[in-house]
Amino acid sequence: MEFLNAFVAFSNFVIVPAIAYGSQLALGALGVTLIYGILRFSNFAHGDTMAFGAMVTILVTWWFQSMGINLGPMPTALLALPFGIAGAALLVLATDRMVYRFYRAQKAAPVILVIVSMGVMFVMNGLVRFIIGPDGQQFADGERFIISARNFKTMTGLSEGLAFRTSQAITIVTAVIVVALLFWFLNKTRTGKSMRAFSDNEDLALLSGINPERVVAYTWIIVAALATIAGVLYGLDKGFKPFTYFQLLLPIFAAAIVGGLGNPLGAIAGGFVIAFSEVTITYAYKKVLIYLLPESLEPSTLVQLLSTDYKFAVSFAILIIVLLFKPTGLFKGNTG
Amino acid sequence: MSISMKNITLFAIVGALIVGSGFIQGWNTALLILNMGLISAIMALGVNLQWGFAGLFNIGVMGFVALGGLAAVLVSMPPTTEAWAVGGLRMGIALVTGVATIVGARILYRRMAAGNKRTLAMIVFLIGGFLLFRFLFDPAVLAIEKVNPAGTGYLGGLGLPVLLAWPVGGLFAAGAAWVIGKTALGLRSDYLAIATLGIAEIIIAIMKNEDWLTRGVKNVVGIPRPVPYEVDLQASEVFLNRAASFGFHDPVMASTLYVKLAYAGLFAVVLVILLWLAEKALNSPWGRMMRAIRDNEIAAEAMGKDVTARHLQIFILGSAICGIAGAMMTTMDSQLTLGTYQPLRFTFLIWVMVIVGGSGNNWGAVLGGFLIWFLWVEVEPMGAKLMELITAPLNDGYWLKDHLQNSVAHMRLLTMGLILILVLRFSPKGLIPEK
Repeated sequence: MEFLNAFVAFSNFVIVPAIAYGSQLALGALGVTLIYGILRFSNFAHGDTMAFGAMVTILVTWWFQSMGINLGPMPTALLALPFGIAGAALLVLATDRMVYRFYRAQKAAPVILVIVSMGVMFVMNGLVRFIIGPDGQQFADGERFIISARNFKTMTGLSEGLAFRTSQAITIVTAVIVVALLFWFLNKTRTGKSMRAFSDNEDLALLSGINPERVVAYTWIIVAALATIAGVLYGLDKGFKPFTYFQLLLPIFAAAIVGGLGNPLGAIAGGFVIAFSEVTITYAYKKVLIYLLPESLEPSTLVQLLSTDYKFAVSFAILIIVLLFKPTGLFKGNTG
Repeated sequence: MSISMKNITLFAIVGALIVGSGFIQGWNTALLILNMGLISAIMALGVNLQWGFAGLFNIGVMGFVALGGLAAVLVSMPPTTEAWAVGGLRMGIALVTGVATIVGARILYRRMAAGNKRTLAMIVFLIGGFLLFRFLFDPAVLAIEKVNPAGTGYLGGLGLPVLLAWPVGGLFAAGAAWVIGKTALGLRSDYLAIATLGIAEIIIAIMKNEDWLTRGVKNVVGIPRPVPYEVDLQASEVFLNRAASFGFHDPVMASTLYVKLAYAGLFAVVLVILLWLAEKALNSPWGRMMRAIRDNEIAAEAMGKDVTARHLQIFILGSAICGIAGAMMTTMDSQLTLGTYQPLRFTFLIWVMVIVGGSGNNWGAVLGGFLIWFLWVEVEPMGAKLMELITAPLNDGYWLKDHLQNSVAHMRLLTMGLILILVLRFSPKGLIPEK
């Protein structure tokens, strides 16, 4: 019983949140890695693309809510998601056309594109703050819990509760569906195959008659979709605030690089590696240990390796270790 | 028009903009812009050294600036003797233990043969060291933070003159840059970017959370000043008489302007020295070697240049300059408010300055520093005016009008991004291009 309680507490505070967070990071990292694979630069505006997509979704959600449209127990935001994706896709396609295309034609060095993406980041950040303001926004509705802590306790008779929030379930399910769709698209469809060919060897792909502008446009649309979904899921789970999306850039890049930049499978693995390390290292183990250890050994402190404010430090430390010892990432990046 | 004429004209235009804001918004505002412009110009010089001379992509400027601010606190604030008494020694031992653990792990890594044995030994050593460190560290933190938490709750500084903090800030930043450079400089440019971005976030996180060192988000206020206080000036006969002889009869106005001018003088001295050094460096064999490395690393390496060592060198120098600027800024503010350190303001804005001014040219970086800082300050009031014009046809109280007028504050990010994109597109070499 004691052991079960410890396990439930651990699942409640570490495993479930880390899986949800890992899915969000994985979706974000997939976007970064696709841009890197096809357009060959690190897109610093990705966090703000996520924020923009999430913002459009939130605005449409509010509009639906005001008209009384909802999904019952599910959050209305899911219904508004396609609009958010469309909005983000239009934005990034316009950005590509007005900004990035010029440098592609010039064959500019990747680092120039990174600086350009910094400028885009400023603009998108300003745009989001301009439209929705810099404050936090709540837009989750519907049922909050699938299993609440109290129900779990009465169901199992344990003294620890395992709460499973709707947002977490939706995050995990959506992430699985999206990743499956993405891999199906990349591996089975003609466009997906041409994208992979373009990423592997640009010159060869051009010789085979692949239209680069088409590949780039598809990439941006897919990236916009991934970014918006990641942004909305993160917002449903933890609340929407423009600045936190900018800060997500660091764990997302860490996930993409740890997995191997340019490798979609690696991005997913990297997302979970980063999420699990962040959560396990900043969790206070007192509660779990109280169940596991005999009374005489019970800890008096929180038994927290690092305070939660250092979660960036964790993702960063992992990033540095991987870069130093395995610079191409866990899965080999295609241009690493 | 010759190049130097064009440059003089550009500087004159920026000067005129600042003077113009003095006529319209008052001289205190103008001097404030000038002072922060001087500091921004120094930061831009530092970034230009790294990016313009050597092509190093450092987006962790904020961290080095904050370390400079930390130096201002640690050098000039009076020491909290009671806190030193209850936790100082233990804290010292804890920090030494922490460093010893890391150094020891490095030695283990170097000395032992690769393999599972080494990995295991390192893990055991690091975990042991960490536990020992926390055992020493946690009680010391508790003890120190318990001493008058509302007023101090930290170790305080050394109580030395604050001007000393400027070079010390440079040293702090240089030390951090050495550690970062040693680990991250071998990486590709975009990896280095992420690494520096992360380091800056971590430096801020540490300074925000380690209350025993910096008071964290409770802020350190009342850092001693290198220039006289306004109240003292207002009480001084000599000062009032002299101000009156210049035509200033309002003591408040005269004293605030005097203080700001004094800061401007100090900052200008630092800027001139650094600019002179940077110009000397740029035109020396060393500067030519740096640019040779930047333009073709492989060729430079083939010529026998030690690329890694040169990169480390210039990374440290550039970061040190940012540290000096950070210490100067904290000195001028007389407070360390860690909540205000945001990468958009302290890292990316400096980058806009360098790119707009002209990367690879020190004068360009300085010009960019002044110009972009001026815009950063002035875009908001200008945007407000513009928005008033645009929304004039809308009825008062209409939600769109209120929303647009309230969002004016966010115009500056948008404007900075647009400026950066436009300059990169149409004038990628900046206002004063590299020679």
